[in-house]
Amino acid sequence: MTGPGAADAAPASALARLLRRKLALAGLAIILVVVGGAVFAPWIAPFDPNDQMFDGLTLEGAPMPPGGKFLMGTDLLGRDLFSRLLFGARTSLVIGIAANGLALVIGTLVGITAGFFRGWIGGILMRFTDLMMAFPALLLAICLAAIFQPSLWIVAMVIALVNWVQTARVIFTETSSLATRDFIAAERTLGASTPRILFRHILPHLLPTIIVWGTLGISTTVLLEATLSFLGIGVRPPTPSWGNIIFENQTYFQSAPWLVFIPGTAIILLALAFNLVGDALRDVLDPTQRGRD
Amino acid sequence: MTLAEATMDAGAATSPQVPVLRVEELCVAARTEGGLKPLVQDLSFDLRKGETLAIAGESGSGKSITSLAIMGLLPQPAVRVTGGSIRFDGHDLTRLSEADLRAVRGDRIAMIFQEPMTSLNPVMTVGAQLAEAIRAHDPVSRTEARRRAVEALRAVRLSEPDRRMTQYPHELSGGMRQRVMIAMALALRPEVLIADEPTTALDVTVQREVLDLLRDLQRDLGTAIILITHDMGVVAEMADRVIVMRHGRQVETAATAELFVRPQADYTRALLAAVPRMGQGAPRMPVTTDPIARVEDVVVRYPLRGGVLGRVTQNVHAVEHVSFEIRKGETFALVGESGCGKSTIARALVGLAPHQGRIEIAGQAMEGLDPPALKAMRRRVQMVFQDPMAALNPRMRVGELIAEPLLIHGIGNAAQRRDRAADLMTRVGMEASQLDRYPHEFSGGQRQRICIARALALQPDLIIADESVSALDVSVQARVLELLKALQAEFGMSYLFISHDMAVVDNISDRVAVMYLGQIVEMGTHQQVFGDPRHPYTRRLIDAVPVPDPAHRRRPSPRLSAETPSPLHPPGREPPRVVLEDIGEGHLVGLPT
Repeated sequence: MTGPGAADAAPASALARLLRRKLALAGLAIILVVVGGAVFAPWIAPFDPNDQMFDGLTLEGAPMPPGGKFLMGTDLLGRDLFSRLLFGARTSLVIGIAANGLALVIGTLVGITAGFFRGWIGGILMRFTDLMMAFPALLLAICLAAIFQPSLWIVAMVIALVNWVQTARVIFTETSSLATRDFIAAERTLGASTPRILFRHILPHLLPTIIVWGTLGISTTVLLEATLSFLGIGVRPPTPSWGNIIFENQTYFQSAPWLVFIPGTAIILLALAFNLVGDALRDVLDPTQRGRD
Repeated sequence: MTLAEATMDAGAATSPQVPVLRVEELCVAARTEGGLKPLVQDLSFDLRKGETLAIAGESGSGKSITSLAIMGLLPQPAVRVTGGSIRFDGHDLTRLSEADLRAVRGDRIAMIFQEPMTSLNPVMTVGAQLAEAIRAHDPVSRTEARRRAVEALRAVRLSEPDRRMTQYPHELSGGMRQRVMIAMALALRPEVLIADEPTTALDVTVQREVLDLLRDLQRDLGTAIILITHDMGVVAEMADRVIVMRHGRQVETAATAELFVRPQADYTRALLAAVPRMGQGAPRMPVTTDPIARVEDVVVRYPLRGGVLGRVTQNVHAVEHVSFEIRKGETFALVGESGCGKSTIARALVGLAPHQGRIEIAGQAMEGLDPPALKAMRRRVQMVFQDPMAALNPRMRVGELIAEPLLIHGIGNAAQRRDRAADLMTRVGMEASQLDRYPHEFSGGQRQRICIARALALQPDLIIADESVSALDVSVQARVLELLKALQAEFGMSYLFISHDMAVVDNISDRVAVMYLGQIVEMGTHQQVFGDPRHPYTRRLIDAVPVPDPAHRRRPSPRLSAETPSPLHPPGREPPRVVLEDIGEGHLVGLPT
């Protein structure tokens, strides 16, 4: 309930209201740190990420634990983990944001079109989506990656092409229930054009779902990239990515746990940060939630 | 179990004077961020054996919360009893444990709800649900429970009770479902029955039957009834005593006859004055201008597909050969019960339902128009929906919503549109300073005003009001109807007023068409249809309206428990067509078939 006094304050901009939330600020800070680290990696990184250093291993040939000269320790080949993480962030951000974003856009477009138009357009689109869902995503990705020359951007595209289906399904269901609501009927009687109804009236209501699926997708896609790399069709070694750092080192988890924990924590933190910002964004953009900050 | 023993004693000793239920200074509050918000304050009343006590009030008055408190069904811990007591049979219900409450609930205090579809489990047969309710309280065998269930269904006068036992809720009509709910509530012969808006979701003729049924059962069983309703007509017909509530407090309490004749509180007087009554519509000058909209032989059918091949197995004959015209500046009303096709006609008029036949707006046929011409035509016809919250996009500001029609049709620039929106806001009795608020910040009546402002934005020739005041409280309803009349006097547009409420239609319309199963059965001026109803269905509709006057004696109406005829027909078959005959001065009456 909003009393007359509650709305008297001049409506602050969405950004200002976003920045007033502590959790959203924390999320934004983490994202900025990761993006900054990726962009300025060559200047920040203390070592070359691919340099197999002689003093990066103990005398017995084991990786060095965190501390001392190597901030986060070294990996099995004596490479500095911190430097690899910084350079790996470049790959992972491309995958987690670009590939995942593209998947989200495809899924939303397919879902909204099929949900709004129904009929034969919707039928064809959704049967195709179901077909895609029925294929094991990994198999599909392997096939696609085998056809194209592996490179970072190809991997990103492959991931986008297998990851849009869940989004499309969810958006389809939501759109088809929204399309029968009275306010959409009211728009039609006003003579509103279809694009106007779709993008001005239906899309804003889908934002919460899109945001949740988007943030969930970040960790999934980062790990899917790692799986592909592990199978030899992803990013070519020695190029680091957060996913393949984990995969390369997982067998030595017991003796060198930091090699899995540190990149794993990085992925979780990034996904969490996007989730916090996404949640806050959803609340800020929803006028019926106003006043619950 | 002490409670059960106590029942026996109490049952033997109960005399009409001893209250069955005594509510003393009941307070219920909801926990909010700003501390406890009182929902019911210091409510006290006695309920005697065999009497009907009505708790009347508008939305937010706390009447439903009171019933939930008695049943122990408050959504705790958010809402809870903060003071007072509910005495039933020597126990304070507010202090009983959940297990003891369960023994009372259903068995000795039963409740029926407004919406019978959502109160029944859709995947259980009616028989199984009834038997389960009986066996939950009485340790009887399955066959015995079944026998009693059939008996209960017979008691509520459902046709073919044995067959009903094996049916699922969706196979029954709304009225039949509500009877099943009553059967379930009364199968255990409770001492108290709480009926929370039991007939609000039902058509008037069905409401009539359910109310008659409740009264008969009460006479036979001696159950005390607490009737919760917003409808003063229902109060007048059913209740012995009335409590009028507002904002959680009792405003007035009196015997029903007394309350209607000599209301003491100002609020009660205002409430009674706002109730639409039949026969109050002032005689109006016949409108003889040119027609603005003409509907000719319009048919709307929806195919139902079934089988492996998806062939059309049946057609829903929503609208069958309907013709009428609406003249400039008049209010034309379509009345009928749910499923009669009145809303489908509205949807056809705004192009939301595909139709056969011919619809003309201002002399131009709607059929075969190209998209730009259709868009231009939409400017002339605007619609106001039933539920204003659902009809407004909750994510847009009111100012944007009102200016949107102008934006869509490319009228004016941003500043001009905003000025126009501000102007429209003041026209519908609101303030221009509220333009930057969102729909959820307004009350139901204000939201409907916003919808009206939005419909006015394009200065249409015809506004379709589809049950536009049905969801509103009576006092709000009266003000919105006044607004509609005032706007018509100012701008001279026509209304197509669609409603199931005969009293409202009686008060606002110039001409009326009565619809039944997709066809018009009677049409004429307001005086012709309400003053001299000729078709038996029109008479039944008018007779069924509850009259807010306890002294009113109702003609005994035939009790119908047959199923209503269905608008479903196999392909190729058409329902018999009603032939309208002019019996003088344009009063058209369907010939009895």
